[in-house]
Amino acid sequence: MRLSEIGIFLFFINAAFSNNFIFSRFLGCCPFLGVSNKIETATGMGVAVVFVMTLASLICYLVYEYLLVPLGLSYLNTIAFILVIASLVQMIEMFIKKSLPSLYTALGIYLPLITTNCAVLGVTLLNQRSGYGLLESTLNGMFGAIGFLMAIVLMAGVRERLESSDIPKAFRGFPISLIIAGFMSVAFMGFTGLVK
Amino acid sequence: MAKNNLKGVFVNGILNENPTFRLVLGTCPTIAVTSSAINGLGMGLAATLVLLGSNVVISMLRNFIPNKVRIPSYIVVISTFVTMIQLFMQAFVPSLYEALGIFLPLIVVNCIILARAEAFAGKNPVAASAMDGLGMGLGFTLALTLIAAVRELLGTGSLFGMPVMGASFEPVLLFILSPGGFLVFGLVLGIINAIVDRRRAQKLHKEAKAA
Repeated sequence: MRLSEIGIFLFFINAAFSNNFIFSRFLGCCPFLGVSNKIETATGMGVAVVFVMTLASLICYLVYEYLLVPLGLSYLNTIAFILVIASLVQMIEMFIKKSLPSLYTALGIYLPLITTNCAVLGVTLLNQRSGYGLLESTLNGMFGAIGFLMAIVLMAGVRERLESSDIPKAFRGFPISLIIAGFMSVAFMGFTGLVK
Repeated sequence: MAKNNLKGVFVNGILNENPTFRLVLGTCPTIAVTSSAINGLGMGLAATLVLLGSNVVISMLRNFIPNKVRIPSYIVVISTFVTMIQLFMQAFVPSLYEALGIFLPLIVVNCIILARAEAFAGKNPVAASAMDGLGMGLGFTLALTLIAAVRELLGTGSLFGMPVMGASFEPVLLFILSPGGFLVFGLVLGIINAIVDRRRAQKLHKEAKAA
């Protein structure tokens, strides 16, 4: 799916819906299940992921193209990318703690968790494997993260309602969330093949 | 005593604290690569090797790594092992390497591995950490293989690639597609919770009777 062939709108549909990170690529399931209890926290996590994923896609592209490839070290991409992501998250945390304290109180606790969100490392590896350029990588990261934000907020909406419903004891918590995610995934299958 | 203890650590990872069913860690690969039993088994074994290696090395270095930079140090150790396994699998089992795709490098961010480094290997001697890595890894492998076997059986009517359900069985394709991963994982998790609850209740009942 090249940006130049399908245009920006279809590129967005492809990254956010057809290949939704949660429902068709299964990346980022841990935070998707872990912090989807309330709509508020889910939105906070989702926004933090949009922020980090966009920047990580951009910076990992630069590191890969201008550092690893010229030095012939492209097989070290996994190590390099995870280090970039970990330090990026740390830097963003320090930066917004100092300059945007209100944003920090909203997103602060989610930021450290993002280092081990596999969607972030996943998107950088996918960008590199699909041979995306600078603009495509950044947009793919951003649009994919918007798809993640949408999925986690939808899930939180359903789970808030679940709290008052009568579920067998053994299925409370994770099992019922997974089953609901399965049904949501059926719905998202409808987007498959939308972009050719 | 020490030997018993090592055995206890090993069994703990497989049963009481099974990373997938009891701790619910590492859910992404559990859903993503379990469309066939062989993929589940391969992913589990790859993660076990990484877990064993990283636990041993981190345990050896536990007195040298400063507390403040321990998480980045752990990540570097883990990603080194992942890269090694990745190159190894690319050379010797290319078909499995292709099937696991992006989820092989993503073992780096599998929370089971970092969680064991943080909760166990950073505080315990080498032998115990190795047993913990093996136990947790095999527990993960068993869980993945179980879920994958159910999905493959329902979705294609075969097991490890061999047809077992007979010609009259109509495979339910949904189970090997993406929704199947979520559904089967949720159902298996619920059933295991029910079994654990029941056994606990029986134990309490017995104890009450004895007293």
